[in-house]
Amino acid sequence: MALLKIKNLHANVAGKEILKGISLTINAGEMHAIMGPNGTGKSTLSNVIAGRDGYEVTSGEVLLDDNNLLAMSADERARAGVFLAFQYPVEIPGVSTSNFLKTALNAKRRAAGLPEIDAMEFLKLVKAKTKALGIPDDIIKRQLNVGFSGGEKKRAEVLQMTLLEPRIAILDETDSGLDIDALKVVADGVNNLRSADRGFLVITHYQRLLNYIVPDHVHVMSGGRIVASGGKELALTLEAEGYAKYQAA
Amino acid sequence: MAAISQTTAAVRDVEQYKYGFVTDIETERAPKGLNESIIRFISAKKDEPEWMLEWRLKAYRYWLTLGDQEPTWAKVTYPRIDYQDSYYYAAPKQQAKYESLDEVDPKLIETYNKLGIPLKEQQMLAGVAVDAVFDSISVATTYKKKLQELGVIFSPISEAVKTHPELVKKYLGSVVPYSDNFFATLNSAVFTDGSFVYIPKGLRCPMELSTYFRINEKNTGQFERTLIIADEGSYVSYLEGCTAPQRDENQLHAAVVELVALDDAEIKYSTVQNWYPGDENGKGGIYNFVTKRAACRGRNSKVMWTQVETGSSITWKYPSCILQGENSSGEFYSVAITNNRQQADTGTKMIHIGRNTKSRIVSKGISAGRSSNTYRGLVRVQGKADGARNYTQCDSLLIGDRCSANTVPYIESRNPTAQTEHEATTSKISEEQLFYCLQRGMTQEEAVSLIVNGFCKEVLQTLPMEFAVEAQKLVAISLEGSVG
Ligand SMILES: Nc1ncnc2c1ncn2[C@@H]1O[C@H](COP(=O)(O)OP(=O)(O)OP(=O)(O)O)[C@@H](O)[C@H]1O
Ligand SMILES: [Mg+2]
Repeated sequence: MALLKIKNLHANVAGKEILKGISLTINAGEMHAIMGPNGTGKSTLSNVIAGRDGYEVTSGEVLLDDNNLLAMSADERARAGVFLAFQYPVEIPGVSTSNFLKTALNAKRRAAGLPEIDAMEFLKLVKAKTKALGIPDDIIKRQLNVGFSGGEKKRAEVLQMTLLEPRIAILDETDSGLDIDALKVVADGVNNLRSADRGFLVITHYQRLLNYIVPDHVHVMSGGRIVASGGKELALTLEAEGYAKYQAA
Repeated sequence: MAAISQTTAAVRDVEQYKYGFVTDIETERAPKGLNESIIRFISAKKDEPEWMLEWRLKAYRYWLTLGDQEPTWAKVTYPRIDYQDSYYYAAPKQQAKYESLDEVDPKLIETYNKLGIPLKEQQMLAGVAVDAVFDSISVATTYKKKLQELGVIFSPISEAVKTHPELVKKYLGSVVPYSDNFFATLNSAVFTDGSFVYIPKGLRCPMELSTYFRINEKNTGQFERTLIIADEGSYVSYLEGCTAPQRDENQLHAAVVELVALDDAEIKYSTVQNWYPGDENGKGGIYNFVTKRAACRGRNSKVMWTQVETGSSITWKYPSCILQGENSSGEFYSVAITNNRQQADTGTKMIHIGRNTKSRIVSKGISAGRSSNTYRGLVRVQGKADGARNYTQCDSLLIGDRCSANTVPYIESRNPTAQTEHEATTSKISEEQLFYCLQRGMTQEEAVSLIVNGFCKEVLQTLPMEFAVEAQKLVAISLEGSVG
């Protein structure tokens, strides 16, 4: 069943067309990977799906469970189950990671008609999740992303994803800059969440990640379009041959 | 806010309820305007001794010589105040009270609900039925007996004038002289209310003393006078909450607060100020022109001011420390939030007189809407203040692009051994931070509240626990509608 359906999506950033007709369907339970050269529009695509200001959709459709995502505000989309692990997670000084997570979780619970989680219960939940992920739990006392190393930031993103249990998770280069242990944390986090009713869109430059997170489909994006799609072996070909062939095209 | 309902219940039972000030409120009122006979009237109503009346009159006569010379250096603008067009005796103009909550502005009710104030209190706040009774009875009354046993004096200042004249005479005006500034002079002449606190030698006051909101009558100037004396080696934490919103025309609130800390004494003074800020277009609201000053007279004495200023249409306020005693220290932690058309010009003065005196200033200004928010701070090191130290940090956060933030630090050092350090930043809530929060499912308002509370954290965490929670909510409420 189609979970996320993107149809002929065109979008401008700062008056310039970046997405030039993207079509992509992610079924529930599927893992998709997007690879492609720098500046090709991968982050733009994830921002457009998540509903960021300043990204102007000029035509096309994005549906989540057949609901028109484009008509929803960014926070509504998030509460409907869209999660974006950011390529560059931003620092929020003075706000502890735990307070941030709790606020986010409660926003989601409220939308689902559930009671807010209290502080004790929340702490127990987070500790269970950090433990399962192998993330040191002192991270939750620290100000969100402030002074986090690159690897810590990415792990914190995975922790958030794990807590918020999205329907569709988009990971924008969550593997970049990670050492091998951190990479495993990220991969385990994703694999643990894989389920029949959840979809993933993983943006990466490295085939390495895909050894741990095995995708059902791999897409090549270039010049604002998806120029090739295939199975997991496509990633291997790309790693060996580069993007020259697609860019020339 | 649970404390308030308990207090309300408790206060109902205390004796004072039956007579005294309550009855006065119902029946007494001075005519509009300001002249010597009004001052004599106030003094007589309060049954004051002659010396108190003389002091008031001295202030009044001095005030007359000032003409209309209100201070003009602050970055605030407002139409001229007609001082003859106001009531100076604390009795209300008994005007249209509400019969039921249905007649009260639903916006106001919404705010109360958000603050978690129960219905009973809502009625009180909105001026329904029995409210006036509670108007100037402070929370402290409840614990009066217990405090008395410890030797703490905590009473309305008008009572202290009679019961402890030697203390009042000695300290009143000793920190803020009647001639200090236009508004302080006016206050000295006409003050009608306020608290008096004396903490005896060596006592660590075991409970926080608080004056929760007083509900002030409409169309009346509000002039409180607070005097706190911490004797040698004592400690007290005092909370002042002005969380009763008002729905008036502009109303002048010109309070004076004087703190005196003797050797090894410490005073912590926290304020959460949420007077009515006026409407979206700047109509109405309180002019909060307040003089607050502490004298750290003794060796090793310490005063810490914390203020969270979210209300008032205009705030003009500089809680200051005169660091006289050797090794004394002053701290000032401030959050000032302005939205819509609010104007705030607030900060502090740290006057280093004694040796090895220290001061620390942390100011967080948040401006939204079309508001104007100025930090104005003076650090003065006098010639004999060897080894004086000051650290100042001023951060401004802008929300939207129609507001303004200004930082005006004055540093004057006459001692070469002194060290002063000043850091200032101005930033905006970044689109990145907002989007990050929204992407996690928070609404705009939740996101702004979270980010701003994070920005203010260093100050908010100096507040006593229950105040901190209230302050966090206030931050959220006062910024509502500021984004998007
Ligand atoms: N806010 C913006 N303002 C102006 N240009 C932008 C903005 N966001 C993206 N772009 C431009 O859009 C293009 C696509 O950028 P995008 O970040 O989507 O690429 P990417 O495929 O994610 O690249 P990388 O692999 O380097 O992360 C780039 O040319 C970029 O400069
Ligand atoms: Mg990118």
